[in-house]
Amino acid sequence: MDDSTAGRARPVIADAPGSRSWARAFGDLRQGWQQRALWGHLGWQDIKQRYRRSVLGPLWISISMGVIALGLGLLYSLLFQVPLAEFLPHVAVGLLIWNFVSGCILEGSEVFIANEGLIKFLPAPLSLHVYRLVWRQTLFFLHNMVIWVILMIVFPHPLGWSLLLAIPAFALLAINGGWIAILSGILATRFRDIPPIIGSVVQLVFYLTPIVWSVDFLSNNPGVQERARLVELNPVFHFLEILRRPLLGQETVWRYWYVVLAITVVGWAVGLVCMRNYRARVAYWV
Amino acid sequence: MNEPSIDLDAACVDFPIFDAKTRSLKKSVLGRAGGRIGTEAKVPIIEALRDITIALRKGDRVALVGHNGAGKSTLLRLMSGIYEPTRGRAAVRGKVAPIFDLAVGMDPEISGLENIIIRGLFLGMTRKEMEARVDDIAEFTELGDYLSMPLRTYSTGMRVRLALGVVTSIDPEILLLDEGIGAVDAEFLAKARDRLNELVERSGILVFASHSDEFLADLCDTAIWMEHGTIREFGPLRDVLHHYKGRDVLADHPVHGLHKPAHEDAAS
Repeated sequence: MDDSTAGRARPVIADAPGSRSWARAFGDLRQGWQQRALWGHLGWQDIKQRYRRSVLGPLWISISMGVIALGLGLLYSLLFQVPLAEFLPHVAVGLLIWNFVSGCILEGSEVFIANEGLIKFLPAPLSLHVYRLVWRQTLFFLHNMVIWVILMIVFPHPLGWSLLLAIPAFALLAINGGWIAILSGILATRFRDIPPIIGSVVQLVFYLTPIVWSVDFLSNNPGVQERARLVELNPVFHFLEILRRPLLGQETVWRYWYVVLAITVVGWAVGLVCMRNYRARVAYWV
Repeated sequence: MNEPSIDLDAACVDFPIFDAKTRSLKKSVLGRAGGRIGTEAKVPIIEALRDITIALRKGDRVALVGHNGAGKSTLLRLMSGIYEPTRGRAAVRGKVAPIFDLAVGMDPEISGLENIIIRGLFLGMTRKEMEARVDDIAEFTELGDYLSMPLRTYSTGMRVRLALGVVTSIDPEILLLDEGIGAVDAEFLAKARDRLNELVERSGILVFASHSDEFLADLCDTAIWMEHGTIREFGPLRDVLHHYKGRDVLADHPVHGLHKPAHEDAAS
């Protein structure tokens, strides 16, 4: 019996009864949700931590965001010769939303690796770390909304009741942040090459998404009109549009909402399958 | 009312050892294209725990002994639910409070008081419940004004006090202690011992891994001897320690516990 203790090579078999069950996967999500006092607190803590001992504190989130938005807005409105009043809000709001989306994707792939200590030493549902991540990104987003308020004062837009659509739109973004973090988090914990891959893809997607450019400008140019339509293949574009349009008082295009809803359903289905099969393995992998 | 219990049935914990090659995608993707290359396709496994079968009930106070790497900490994490067994079954009922690593889940930048509350939240308490207990914990830890200082200013012993104060105040049903609480001074330890004894008497199960015979004798009455990831022996603390150390180390140690081992009574 002594020869079988350490180092013996065998394939991984996770056939513990009950470990791979829907009940446990949903139980994890439910338990995590019940601990919202905890992740609510930790999410705030993360933000305060980042700006500890600085005079302006979390206001820096809004300021640094505002500086980037202003700079890029100025640069591109000069380059493309479009009026600043039109282009600056477009760039700024696009960046706000992009920051949330990319934050969920980039930090999502690190969500379990970064919490290795907590996962190994304190029994807690895995989803706790995901809720904390999405909540932290939500807080960042809300800080950044200050910029939107300022922009709406400086460059008044015809905001109507459709502005209320921003709330369900943001809710959809946050809900999608959940499955993205679960899926990429679990995959990245097992395969450590995933985070850099995701990093470079996200950077590429930034340029593929009409944030510092606009589909409307291209549509006026007959040469690239057809090609501009390809942007619809970019899933982030649809997420961007459902939230940016109400925030800028543009008319609602329901097509984007349908695409987002479909992605939400499919994404969560995949995320849940991953959760069911590999939830119990994460503690072994981190 | 359900009483706390730990039931492990032929439970195994196997760690896959991914090196840089196997953990990366390259292996899976490129490996598939090129076909399997002998044994390299397999991930080596360390069997940290093998065929652990044990049933613990209310009132059990178990010492975990064994050499480094025998599987004591892994067994504690299996009991806490952090690891689900790769084979076999593990059923743990009751509110679990682990003290494994004192640094984890504690934020060095925030005050001791805030850390008390976060610890409690991690252990399944609500903020209100923790706020109601803060005074009691403050009194127990004897840290006084230090509690409003950032945790990074604390010594190891002070952190142990804080962690012990939290877990003993929340009425856990299953208390799992890994070594490392040795950093507190003897006086505080005596106080902690009384409190832990009370706690176990009231509601639960204690499993304590340590290399210190004195601590173990103070808190436990039975023992598990772990060797190479399996249970070598499970029985009364004194007997197990006797076999493990090769001599009767507790022969002249006063028994503090509420449950005196049977042979102790017979001897006197």
